[in-house]
Amino acid sequence: MKPIVIIGSGMAGYGLLRELRKLDRETPVTLITADDGAVYAKPNLSNALATGKTPEQLQSQLAAQIGASLNARILTHTQVQGLDVVARQVATDQGNIAYSRLVLALGADPIAHGVQGAAAQRILSVNNLADYRAFRASLEGKHSITILGGGLIGCEFANDLAAAGYAVTVVHRGPYPLERLLPTEIAHALGTALEQAGVRWRYERLALTAEPCDKGIALTLDDGSVVTSDVVLSAIGLRPRTALAAAAGIATGRGIIVDRLLQTNVENVYAIGDCAEVAGLVLPYVQPLLQQVRALAATLSGQPTAVVYPAMPVMVKTPALPVTVAPAPLDASGAWRVEAQEGCLAARFEDAGQLLGFALGGQAPSLRSALTKLLPPLLPAVQSAVTVANF
Amino acid sequence: MKKWECVVCGFIYDEAQGLPEDGIAPGTRWEDIPEDWACPDCGVAKADFEMVQLAA
Repeated sequence: MKPIVIIGSGMAGYGLLRELRKLDRETPVTLITADDGAVYAKPNLSNALATGKTPEQLQSQLAAQIGASLNARILTHTQVQGLDVVARQVATDQGNIAYSRLVLALGADPIAHGVQGAAAQRILSVNNLADYRAFRASLEGKHSITILGGGLIGCEFANDLAAAGYAVTVVHRGPYPLERLLPTEIAHALGTALEQAGVRWRYERLALTAEPCDKGIALTLDDGSVVTSDVVLSAIGLRPRTALAAAAGIATGRGIIVDRLLQTNVENVYAIGDCAEVAGLVLPYVQPLLQQVRALAATLSGQPTAVVYPAMPVMVKTPALPVTVAPAPLDASGAWRVEAQEGCLAARFEDAGQLLGFALGGQAPSLRSALTKLLPPLLPAVQSAVTVANF
Repeated sequence: MKKWECVVCGFIYDEAQGLPEDGIAPGTRWEDIPEDWACPDCGVAKADFEMVQLAA
């Protein structure tokens, strides 16, 4: 019997394997990964200094362990070269692998920072555990770091590094951190809280060039000013990996386009996690991923199941000011209303009395769960199998 | 009394301690926590999480 083949060993690939094995111990599964296949939770990379974890301690299992415990063949250090969706096989540098069903859990690539100059290649990004290991090694004996991008990951790293005693500067295009997700008041409060934690902001600036200098790397910004630091980390965002799918004739948009069954336009080929565009939504967070793997595990074990997205607030792990945000749909009309409540800043996005989004600056778990219950689901349950097919 | 660990973020729920700030009294058993409870650190719902039972 040809196996179910999963490409990718991040939270999506292993999450699917784990959920599938709860329902089906027997169907052969082969998981292909370009790295060593160690199991770790990617969200933990951006607060590992605060939790006192070394890169090694972030690994919960090795590939051989999870393969044995979940009855799967894990092919590590294996590069996928192409997909043949007609012959139903995956071409790799270790040979061809036939599949019965194929799951693309490819993840996303860091967006290129575009900085020029002789030290541009020394700018790091952290997109997996191996990157993080290299990043931590580069910090050894160093004191200062500049982060490009004050988005979610940039803010989390900035807080983690500042709390650990590094001199942190963040170069950010917007006027506040996370300004596209948050109402101004909370974005502003987050910027201030991080500043009080030691982060130096360079708002509305872009780094243009990076040159080596005595003290490390000298970044020249678009106003001509220079920021010098030992290490530079780029955290300006991620782009879903779509090239492999596109080359095989699979429909792609911002991500690999899938329906509510997580199936691409090619029968028996599915996509999940950060590479997937599900019913028009690209949501590179943990909660959507967990909803996807549960639904797809059911589908692959014989119960076609449409993915359902409840309201899923995103937590920003910035201890200086923990932030929770459930963004309103992009096309929603309405406005933010901000007030102090339960010791935190609470913002509600409402349209005609219906709560469509919220943001909290500060720790307020009970308010978070109360507001989450008032939000409409992002992708509601579908009524019947007929409806599923129409998505 | 048992402890449960969130495999995504490593948050540990200790039944003996409860989570008073979250409205969960000390001594509340895992099975008695509402299904709509969310991990206080990463926000993932109880039902979506694998909690690992640690040695008591």
